[in-house]
Amino acid sequence: MAETVPRGRLKILLGYAAGVGKTYRMLEEAHALKRQGVDVVVGYFEPHGRKDTIARLEGLEVITRRQVEYRGVRFEEMDTDAVLRRHPQCCAVDEFAHTNVPGSERAKRWEDVHVILDAGIDVITTLNVQHLESLNDQVWQFTGVRVRETIPDWVVQQADEVVVVDLPPDALLNRLRRGAVYSPEKARVAAENFFRESTLATLRELALRQTALEVDSRFTAQEAQAPPEVSAGSAAAAETQDKILIAVSADPASAALIRRGKRVADYLKAECFAAFVHSGADLADLAPEERQAVDKHLNFARNLHIESRVLRATDIAQGLVDFARLNRITQIFVARPRKQPRLGRLRPSVVQEVVRLARDMQVTIVAERRRPDEARAQG
Amino acid sequence: MASSLMRRPDPDELLRKVQAQEERERRGKLKVFLGYASGVGKSIRMLDEGRRRRERGEDVVVGATQLEATPEVKARLEKLEVISLRLVDGSPVMDVEAILERHPQVCLVDGLAHDNPAGSLNPHRWQDVEQLLEAGISVITTVNLQYIEEERERVAQIRGREVKESVPRAFLTRAEEIEVVDASPEACLDSEEEGGAAESDRQRRQQQLSQLRELALLLAADVVDRQLERYLQEHGIAQVWSAQERFLVWVTGESDAALMLASGRRNSLRFHGELIVVYIDRPDRSPVERDALQRNLDLARSAGATLEGLDGEDAVATVLAFARRRGVTQIFVAHGSHSDWWDRIFGGRVDRLIRDANGMDVRVFPH
Repeated sequence: MAETVPRGRLKILLGYAAGVGKTYRMLEEAHALKRQGVDVVVGYFEPHGRKDTIARLEGLEVITRRQVEYRGVRFEEMDTDAVLRRHPQCCAVDEFAHTNVPGSERAKRWEDVHVILDAGIDVITTLNVQHLESLNDQVWQFTGVRVRETIPDWVVQQADEVVVVDLPPDALLNRLRRGAVYSPEKARVAAENFFRESTLATLRELALRQTALEVDSRFTAQEAQAPPEVSAGSAAAAETQDKILIAVSADPASAALIRRGKRVADYLKAECFAAFVHSGADLADLAPEERQAVDKHLNFARNLHIESRVLRATDIAQGLVDFARLNRITQIFVARPRKQPRLGRLRPSVVQEVVRLARDMQVTIVAERRRPDEARAQG
Repeated sequence: MASSLMRRPDPDELLRKVQAQEERERRGKLKVFLGYASGVGKSIRMLDEGRRRRERGEDVVVGATQLEATPEVKARLEKLEVISLRLVDGSPVMDVEAILERHPQVCLVDGLAHDNPAGSLNPHRWQDVEQLLEAGISVITTVNLQYIEEERERVAQIRGREVKESVPRAFLTRAEEIEVVDASPEACLDSEEEGGAAESDRQRRQQQLSQLRELALLLAADVVDRQLERYLQEHGIAQVWSAQERFLVWVTGESDAALMLASGRRNSLRFHGELIVVYIDRPDRSPVERDALQRNLDLARSAGATLEGLDGEDAVATVLAFARRRGVTQIFVAHGSHSDWWDRIFGGRVDRLIRDANGMDVRVFPH
């Protein structure tokens, strides 16, 4: 049996956009550690052609990247095996949310980072707030960009430290104009999407609030372990314990519902469940595409560390509410149906039924987030 | 902007905008580095920014520094022009007159919360800074969270001691730029002490620092939110999304609102979001309902919530229009007292709210 080593410590430098100085800060910290005598290497570094940043690399040991060929194109990825062989005390890894080229051993860079941590190596990494899974819909709503490279929130929650790398949008826009962030062509495109002043300010606020949440949850976790006299009393935590149930279906709105429910659960420090209620005898009775959609949503929930089940009941709403009562759920999350039943229609929707049956608990109907232009077009 | 709704500004608004713009161009710009403790590196960041601006051709001087400079700070000061502090009764005071006479483009002022001794030009350093800004000199400064007037009490609760000096929060909110200097509490602890401290002390201090850090981050987020609001207003943009959660509790005379109000309060605390309580203010209701509503409103008031009385023929539409205007993200509502069959035939208040609440979550509470 292999010897167990204590897991390495993970530190995340959180920013709100490209160019705020995350990579630079990561290298600064690597230098500072080196000065203190820590054996530190750079496992992966994304230069983006930024002169200041590249200059900071001097004097640091860099692990050569792995060359990967995919469909005739060469890509470079972090060489995790080489990092493990070199086995430093600390490894700097840029772009935590990166998705590896297909055919790599692991799909995501954060999974590579976990392997490195498991080997007892500390990691410093960088991340932008818009890559957090739970913020995906919100970010899309105000940037119009659907961020594809997402990272489950629990991965960030498990980090030992989250530090914000802050820069006012004005200063960032100046950098962008001076060409310090992107090439001129890319800068113009960027300026039309993420790099509007109001969008940047909103992303920045999200990053600051997210970091405050991370600080708070670590603090409360510490407090729970600490002897009572140390406890300074974060008032809200001691109150009622919430328990949330998310009603999953084949409806594509389920993904946003799961994200929203989980985010609320995280803020309220509540337990979170997801359930799909099936009215047939067997899941195999479902139409293939429906079944695929349900499986996809349940897997998505599991990836976010939500306990997920399939329940069987003749009546969907009743099955859901029975499960909720049995498990002392305080709040049920359901998606607002796309097509609304007409006023006074005799057969009510599942949502209406849940609201009617669960009169002893809270029911949250989550509306689809739409872009303003889209909302306008649809009246 | 594709993601926002444009609206036509009225003439008064236009005039206000022009005046605000002129005022801003005349005044110097204020930039604040905000930290949650000493040792996070505020001074260094300020001096580095001064050096960068100087390299870019701006005329930069140092107006005030900490008396005891670390070697890192000293090395940076050597590369900048420094206007020495004056000593008044043995206390260091920024030499405002000398700076005004020298009239640089940018002045670096460490320790914004510093108090001047009696007989100085101004009692507080932030007033000195105000004077520089008025004269058209831009200022880059540093401040520690514990000196923000409105945060002092909470900080004192955490730290167990209170500081005398303070800077009003409004002064920070008016800054053109605020930048958080963040570091992990461990890093601060290392700079605070040279080892030696007992492990339990260290743990307690670390928890204090975590709490302070959270406050600083939230304060900065609020300032950013305020700035964003101002920016949108000045550019005539009605933004329909926000990074902040806003909870709206709709109180009626039909059901007891205690649970809903308690939950609204707890949620707004946890999310650090805004809590708004609304009710429909109409004369045409029964005395029983009127009394019940009054009880609920008293309850809301005693919980310290902001109350908004709305008036409209169609209650659901009125509440939704208000919610949209205020950027609400979640509406809390309680089941009504009508029976199921009534709601099914006529379409209940809750049903209609759910149906029409585009883009907002609706949380339905037990009756």
